[in-house]
Amino acid sequence: MITVSDLRKVYRQGSDEVVALAGVSLEVPTGKIHGIVGHSGAGKSTLVRCLTLLDRPTSGTVAVNGTELTNVSDNQLRDARRRIGMVFQHANLFDSRTTAQNIAYPLELVGTPKAEITAKVTELLELVGLSKFGKAYPSQLSGGQRQRVGIARALATDPDILLCDEPTSALDPKTTDEILDLIKKLRDRLNITVLIITHEMHVVKQACDSVSLLEAGRIVEHGDLDTVINTAGSSLATTLLPLPGDAPRAEGSGDILDIIYSGEQANDPVLSSVARRFDIDINVLAGAVEQMGEHQFARLRIQLPATADTAEVVNYLKSIGVAVTQKGDAK
Amino acid sequence: MMDFFSELASNPGITKAMWPAFIETMQMTLVSGLVTVLIGIPLGVLLLTSNKNGLAPLRWLNWLLSAVIVNITRSIPFAILMIALIPFSALVVGTALGPMGASVSLTIGTIPFYARLVETALKEVSSGKIDAAKVMGSTRMQIVRKVYLPEAMPGIIDATTTTIVTLIGYTAMAGVLGGGGLGYLAYNYGYVRYELEIMVVTIVILVALVQLVQFFGDRISTRINHR
Ligand SMILES: Nc1ncnc2c1ncn2[C@@H]1O[C@H](COP(=O)(O)OP(=O)(O)OP(=O)(O)O)[C@@H](O)[C@H]1O
Ligand SMILES: [Mg+2]
Repeated sequence: MITVSDLRKVYRQGSDEVVALAGVSLEVPTGKIHGIVGHSGAGKSTLVRCLTLLDRPTSGTVAVNGTELTNVSDNQLRDARRRIGMVFQHANLFDSRTTAQNIAYPLELVGTPKAEITAKVTELLELVGLSKFGKAYPSQLSGGQRQRVGIARALATDPDILLCDEPTSALDPKTTDEILDLIKKLRDRLNITVLIITHEMHVVKQACDSVSLLEAGRIVEHGDLDTVINTAGSSLATTLLPLPGDAPRAEGSGDILDIIYSGEQANDPVLSSVARRFDIDINVLAGAVEQMGEHQFARLRIQLPATADTAEVVNYLKSIGVAVTQKGDAK
Repeated sequence: MMDFFSELASNPGITKAMWPAFIETMQMTLVSGLVTVLIGIPLGVLLLTSNKNGLAPLRWLNWLLSAVIVNITRSIPFAILMIALIPFSALVVGTALGPMGASVSLTIGTIPFYARLVETALKEVSSGKIDAAKVMGSTRMQIVRKVYLPEAMPGIIDATTTTIVTLIGYTAMAGVLGGGGLGYLAYNYGYVRYELEIMVVTIVILVALVQLVQFFGDRISTRINHR
């Protein structure tokens, strides 16, 4: 489990102060994969640097399984860091070392006996599916393979947390999914806590149990994936489930609703039950249905006939667990 | 043509003086090259790590190394530096003359140059690799020995090749200023006595020596470069 409380980071630029993190609090339970998304400049990289203590936070604390990592001496800091395995966007492997030697690096640092290193490296190579590549140099590997080596290296010290900074941003879609599948597999096998920093919503849909939206150094939305998506008007929901571009313009004067529903109801005929109950025709303007994690989610933009009682329909939809936003109410 | 060669074979400048001169040149190059590498690499590391964004920022040390030692020494023409260092050489090895005396000033003349090249090679190591090393819990010493030096090794080898090539050129100048060796031979026979063939042979040997160093330097550098 990783617990971040009220993390602040202020950079000084001459006489100016740049508040990169304005009090970030976060808790990820053991064995969960948590995504942190945000636009450029939101503070994602700063958060990573503070979590790994590459930069000292201005204030606030980071704790792994209850042990605080912040406010420790340099020596303790090195030990503390070994509890967090880190995966980088560009893998950052050492070019002068073979795959096996790269994975061995963190073990060499603490003087692990040779035989033990060899055994651990063999095990890790197998875990990430690179058993045949122990002697290859990073330049002889593909981007996806390099990232696998990076993951194996991060796991060498048996960390409690795997922190991934844009782990798939340099990869093509197919390789992205392979790496995400690997991360999920590792979570299942090792019961490790994973934090993925990303700007790709696809990564969140594919791999995360929960998600936080970082904006201007603050977490403005967070929660389990299904909760966040079912929250009416949440901007994570709209970015995670975008409607196909240029939805057809509404005709007539009926009210327009954006509805999102998930899980069990996604298979239920929500619309036809509304149509039958209120005896109205519903016009579907746009829609998207997507599988995220275990669940299926649907987002529709519908137009009711001008004669319908919108408030009644909205109440009914909410009563059956559908998130509703009336257009004009929110974005 | 045959004349030229038979004359060469009987010229005492070649039969008697050439070999010892060659040995002296090799002595100067090897001794000062070795000491330059031994002192220059740590100095290059210090230049890098004491920098304001380095592993162990130390402002005064960086200023001292960079501004005072390296830049000032580098801006003095080598011939002048050699003359200025005569008393120092006498102090260190007992004489300012001969290959050993010359090696002192050769070394002092090349260390700053080499240290800068080493620093440049080390700077090429991406900050991402250093971050990765830090995150894995490396000490600063481990980062230098296990990351900076191995990752920059191809560049450091190139820097060493360049420096040895430069040194061979410097030994010729040092030779004239009392160091002996091929430079002195060429000066003495080729310039003073105007025996052109000695000049030509010396040039051929020096060119061959430089080519050889460059060839092996490039080979080693390519061999260990896995990028
Ligand atoms: N070393 C620094 N000195 C001063 N300001 C900084 C520094 N690093 C980051 N910042 C500022 O902090 C804010 C957050 O930057 P950060 O790099 O964390 O964003 P990001 O979310 O990673 O963006 P991107 O997706 O583009 O990488 C920005 O306003 C940036 O200018
Ligand atoms: Mg960033």
